Amino acid sequence: MNAEAIRDKVAIVGMGCCKFGENWDKDPQDMIVEAAFEAYADAGIDDPQQQIEAVFCGALYPSKGSAEVADALKLYDRPVSMVVNYCATGTDAFRYGVFAVASGMYDRVLVVGFDKPKDRGVSGPSVAVTGVRGLPATPAGWFSLCAAQYFETYGAGREDLARIAVKNHHNGTLAPKSMLKREITVDDALNARIISWPFGLYDCAAQSDGAAAAVITRRDLAKSHRDDFVLVRAIGIALSANPQEDPAFDFLRWRATEMAARQVYAQAGIANPRNEIHLAQVHDCFTLTELLAYEDLGFCEKGAAKEHIKSGTFALDGELPVNTDGGLKTFGHPTGATGVRMIYENYKQLQGKAEKRQVKGKPTVALSHNIGGAPQACGICIVALP
Amino acid sequence: MVGICSYGAYVPMLRLPLGKPGGPERAVANWDEDCVTMGVGAAVDCLRGRDRAAVDAVLFASTSYAFKEKQAAAIVAKALDLRRDVATTDLGDSTRAGTSALRAATDMVRAGSARQVLVVAADVRMAAPRSPLEANLGDGAAAFLVGADEVAAAVGPVHAIADEIVDVWRTEGDPFVHAWEDRFVVDHGYGAVVRELVKGLFARHGFGPKDVARLVLYGPDARSHAATAKALGFAPEQLQEPLFGKLGNAGAAMAPLLLAATLERATEGQRLLVVGYGDGAEALVLETTPVVEKLEGRRGVSWHLARRAELPSYDMYLRFRQLIATEHDRRAGAGLSATKHFRDRDTDITLLAQRCRRCGQAQFPRQRVCFSCFAKDEFEPLRLSDRVGTVKSFTFDNFAGSPSPPLVAGIVDLEGARLYVQMTDVAPKEVKLGMPVEMTFRKIHEAGGTPNYFWKSTPLR
Repeated sequence: MNAEAIRDKVAIVGMGCCKFGENWDKDPQDMIVEAAFEAYADAGIDDPQQQIEAVFCGALYPSKGSAEVADALKLYDRPVSMVVNYCATGTDAFRYGVFAVASGMYDRVLVVGFDKPKDRGVSGPSVAVTGVRGLPATPAGWFSLCAAQYFETYGAGREDLARIAVKNHHNGTLAPKSMLKREITVDDALNARIISWPFGLYDCAAQSDGAAAAVITRRDLAKSHRDDFVLVRAIGIALSANPQEDPAFDFLRWRATEMAARQVYAQAGIANPRNEIHLAQVHDCFTLTELLAYEDLGFCEKGAAKEHIKSGTFALDGELPVNTDGGLKTFGHPTGATGVRMIYENYKQLQGKAEKRQVKGKPTVALSHNIGGAPQACGICIVALP
Repeated sequence: MVGICSYGAYVPMLRLPLGKPGGPERAVANWDEDCVTMGVGAAVDCLRGRDRAAVDAVLFASTSYAFKEKQAAAIVAKALDLRRDVATTDLGDSTRAGTSALRAATDMVRAGSARQVLVVAADVRMAAPRSPLEANLGDGAAAFLVGADEVAAAVGPVHAIADEIVDVWRTEGDPFVHAWEDRFVVDHGYGAVVRELVKGLFARHGFGPKDVARLVLYGPDARSHAATAKALGFAPEQLQEPLFGKLGNAGAAMAPLLLAATLERATEGQRLLVVGYGDGAEALVLETTPVVEKLEGRRGVSWHLARRAELPSYDMYLRFRQLIATEHDRRAGAGLSATKHFRDRDTDITLLAQRCRRCGQAQFPRQRVCFSCFAKDEFEPLRLSDRVGTVKSFTFDNFAGSPSPPLVAGIVDLEGARLYVQMTDVAPKEVKLGMPVEMTFRKIHEAGGTPNYFWKSTPLR
């Protein structure tokens, strides 16, 4: 295997993202069109019918599959494929696009991530009863399974999780397209009703509708679109054993994140992620998921997350800002869109166009991370300025 | 000599106070329990330390089957991991079914059609909410292993009479047991028929109340029970306590539960008279042997009566029995795929895990490729239902619909295999990492209108 085969070969030249939220008045078509046409405009694409040669899309709850995107954008007579990979769906769709461009076959590829969970009439996952095992099948219940062991081993607690929620609520107020724009306090988070211990209401991401899109091209063609293009330095996907079945699991980490991190750091040649990554969007479906990601991604030592949470390492003005747009917590979590939305945020931050939430110090390398399922699927993308 | 070789009991943990808390109460099945799950619990107690492969037949007795057509005994046999060629039969339709099953099992062993027969009696009867009848009922199960070797209580004379009477009944589609006016029920039903039965037995076999060490007598309520025993000439100290105010009338399981309670304290050489009632009556005379004092390791009735927790409200009882409407009906949904259930029976009903022959790693559920050494199809079955595990992780889920939130769920380590299962009969404050748990057969949900069973963990008490 040649880990460096795709490093810096593919450039992002345009990105778009619709407003995330409970978009009762919007079809998937509306959100896909808004995101894609913003990306077209950003890339200077005025004739997508000619310029977009292939489409990779991702959605976890599609009603039609790839045709939902082809029909919305009238992109026919070319490959349109849909990718499904739990909450890493958006990142994985982007990854397929990157490989399609890096192969040299396509000059310009459109990536679209979207989801419309709010048409299902439930706040959260649909509880479809397909068996008697694996119940309760609630993501909060699954992602909370590291809490008891982690708290006992490292002395962390609900207050540490609450501080993550407070941070992400603050960052979300600064992002125009985020779903929730409300500051909260640690006490608000601690006193909220419990969804699945230790997660209270504010420990859980806001499930929302949304779509995000990217136009990617070969590095040598990027200049024809814009000067401030952003390169894809590394992108990886890893599946781990289901943590609920894995006989060797210690419930102190999510192994899929560790596995995917090894892939992308090898691809990018990163030895010290804490210093070499300047900002990150990590999967905060629940606050503990973000806490574990700090450690599993190598931003700090295993067990040290609570110290960094207290000292503000990952705050917007910290040394390694995380979830600068509010994360899944407040920006919203339309599953298939989330990975692409994170790349959108990193792209804007590296271009210095993140307005009120712009991180200081001219960042040049940014990471995005998704993990989903039980969880057992992780996708990570590192983007960088040339 | 044919008789009872082992016995076990199961009484649900929950108690419904009949008046002020701390006073008289009745045992009530949790929302995830029914006659099948409690029957499995009693059978596990009865078969502790015994070779389950030696069981040739299962007789299940109940009046409260969830299915009108689909056998409970076959579910019990599968949950207990009994042999494939086990003969299974359900008996029902009368509170006498438990004693009838015990008699039938004795006859099977005597006739030589089976060497060991497992008898299970369990009931979850309901009467109309807040009716006097409801207060007398209780839920529970008992099990006996009937055979010819190492007999603890030999079955001697038996006697039965059939009686056509409309005293207590339940019709198709009606969830509630009904009874005619109580003086009629006692004077011409229960009291009269039991007196006739026992006197007939005495006359035929030439003995009387003074020759009986213990009377194990079914009774619809404490008063009728005491009056009937007295009318037959038994002194109060000869009576097995009927457990009203503690357990209640457990229907087809009542006489069997009282017999299990008697056997717990029985000594060698005692004559026991067991009487069941319902559309007639049935009596069995048992003689205890020295084996009865050597049977150890079972929980029986006393352990289960000591293990108790009060239901916080009557409203919760109604919710458990689905007698009041709730936002999320547990019976809603299409239910399980019968073909998926068919493939998953070993995993879901028997709780069979696998152990890799090459590396020894236990794993659950069924895999084709080993988690640890990646060997393909190198597994041997590993029954986890009777093992003690430890809690590896847990959560308290308020989001998952439950009649008694929060739903406790988590990872249990059993022999090195990991199971994501719910925990039942537990208060969240009891749950600790590393705590020992045992497995208990329960209803997970009733999607499609049928009980859908799987195993849960429960604190080892």
